[in-house]
Amino acid sequence: MQKLISKFTETFGPSGLEDDIRRVIYEEVKNYADEVFTDPLGNLVAVRKGKDPRLMLAAHMDEIGLIITHIDEKGFLRISSVGGVTFYQLIGQRFMFANGTIGTVYHEKVDSFKELTWSKLYLDIGAANKEEAAAKVSLGDMAVFHHSFVDLGKRYIAKAMDDRIGCVILVELLKRLYGQKVSQELAFVFTVQEEVGLRGAKSAAYKLAPRYAVAVDVTRVGDMPEAPRMDVSLGKGPAIKVKDSSVICHPKVRDLMVKTAEKNKIDYQLEVLERGGTDAGSIHLSREGVPSGVMSIPCRYVHTASEMVDGRDVENGVTLMEKICLSPEWSSMGQ
Amino acid sequence: MFLQDLSGIPGVSGNENEVRKYIRKALPSRVKADTDYMGNLLVNKDFKGNSSARFRKIPRIMLAAHMDEVGLMISSIEKTGHLRFKKVGGIDDRVLVAKDVLVGKDCVPGVIGAKAVHLQKEEERKRPYEVKSLFIDIGVQGKEEAEKLVQIGDYVSFDSSFKSMGDNCYMGKAFDDRVGCAILLEMLHDHQKELPPFQAAFTVQEEVGFRGARTAAYALNPEIALVIEGTAASDVPESKDHEHSTTLGEGPAITFMDQSVMVDRELMQRLVNTAEKNEIPFQFRRFTGGFTDAGAISLAREGTRTAVISVPCRYIHSPFSILKESDYRHTLELVRAFLKSFIV
Repeated sequence: MQKLISKFTETFGPSGLEDDIRRVIYEEVKNYADEVFTDPLGNLVAVRKGKDPRLMLAAHMDEIGLIITHIDEKGFLRISSVGGVTFYQLIGQRFMFANGTIGTVYHEKVDSFKELTWSKLYLDIGAANKEEAAAKVSLGDMAVFHHSFVDLGKRYIAKAMDDRIGCVILVELLKRLYGQKVSQELAFVFTVQEEVGLRGAKSAAYKLAPRYAVAVDVTRVGDMPEAPRMDVSLGKGPAIKVKDSSVICHPKVRDLMVKTAEKNKIDYQLEVLERGGTDAGSIHLSREGVPSGVMSIPCRYVHTASEMVDGRDVENGVTLMEKICLSPEWSSMGQ
Repeated sequence: MFLQDLSGIPGVSGNENEVRKYIRKALPSRVKADTDYMGNLLVNKDFKGNSSARFRKIPRIMLAAHMDEVGLMISSIEKTGHLRFKKVGGIDDRVLVAKDVLVGKDCVPGVIGAKAVHLQKEEERKRPYEVKSLFIDIGVQGKEEAEKLVQIGDYVSFDSSFKSMGDNCYMGKAFDDRVGCAILLEMLHDHQKELPPFQAAFTVQEEVGFRGARTAAYALNPEIALVIEGTAASDVPESKDHEHSTTLGEGPAITFMDQSVMVDRELMQRLVNTAEKNEIPFQFRRFTGGFTDAGAISLAREGTRTAVISVPCRYIHSPFSILKESDYRHTLELVRAFLKSFIV
């Protein structure tokens, strides 16, 4: 699984340009599903056929990044954000474009970091002038953190753990369920454009019209020095979401998830996230409403170049999702 | 001239009737046009003669432009007969004072007033006027007199006259997005046989959160959409080169993303290739803020691949914007060439 985490996190795929990561995931899922297709916005859907009720499982493929808005005469690139990127996380960081071009971010003279605005930042790709820069990149091209996956023993750091770790879990889950009998139909959806407003999940949910949904994403933790209060820690098991700012998880789905964890003696934590959203925010409001839950992998330093997760949480997450998918209770749940 | 006529019509979000009436009248005969519950005008342009194989594989294409403009709404009437107001859509408070406006259905003329500068205290002079300190003066004495002419809830739009100016430029109000409406009308009047069928949506309530486009796109259920907009140009002395967003005279601006949409890259490339092939000048919109109808259209039903093309306009969301005739013409040419590119 570690290999898969490394491969997925290091692949390029900012919101709106998910082609590369979709191709990588497609290769992993194509032999384990009954049907695989891509929808108009680019969501990748892998279906394990079965009976009603249909369960939608969602993890987003996209990651945060930068976009070029201007190339100046001296070859410097002016940039804007794709998704929730904070200026001061960027200074000195390396970024990579789809074609492999790499650059580093710096800023115009400021007396204090408080004066930083997007207009004062630039990306330097080592071009001596506009022509040299334009030979490598164009306006509208996007870049993502250029940081490799690192195995720290039990814990891993990488860019884009948010939410490639969710993609890894869905892929592992699909593989584990291969050959097993599944009563309800399972639609594994690798969504696009989550970081810019839970967009891909909206059209995917409309098309699939699932009866229930579970999204898999990362969540923030509060176990670092003087961290903002958050009662989720790394290594204490996957988190079952109660609410965030996009969704209040359906109590019946949440209860099913909690009961499943307890029955199978899988460590879990309950998550109340004050600010932040997930694909479930879009999915639960699709059509007539879709009772939805979220399983979150605890993650430190979300939306930085080095997002950290604990491998045991990931392992437990796959097992919990497997038991959840196989639960006979879906068919008797009612609304 | 469609743009001149459309620019002059008051049509603040939720009050697009007069704009829609004009467009309906200006439509060529024999096209099918319906108004939906929200007030969107949906028009079907189909060339009956073109049933040849080359036209068979053309996707369902939706072209969209919004009819509404930013403006104000009367919220209360003072004892003195002055009118208090709220903004409808995004307007910079600082552009409001001393502008002429038209209030309500009867287009009652008025001026946005403020406390006279002579009577202001030192600190007051240093601060820009906020909306809550401004009022509309329709030249009447007392609440009763005012109530004979206007009522709470009346819409207010800028009273700006359209002019040709400078080096083939136009100035006027509401270019965002009457310029898109004008281009759509010209497309509907285009009688060239070589144009594929398409559906045109003149939408409502874009300026308050692209609301009309939601129902329009749901109804039309297109496979591909192109939104035609008027977007901010900031090629002015107070902006640095990398802050221009778009530049007047450099052709239609192609969007790669804004706060409402990630433009479909294949369609974006198609616009670029089409412009290059037909030698139509173009630029990118070098700014990722703002929103358009594309936000709603791209997420309608199962999702729609969507692109946005805009005519650069300086000073949008104010009583006067300026655009260049060549940008208008080139945008029209690019929209037409884009449609043609789908014919095999």
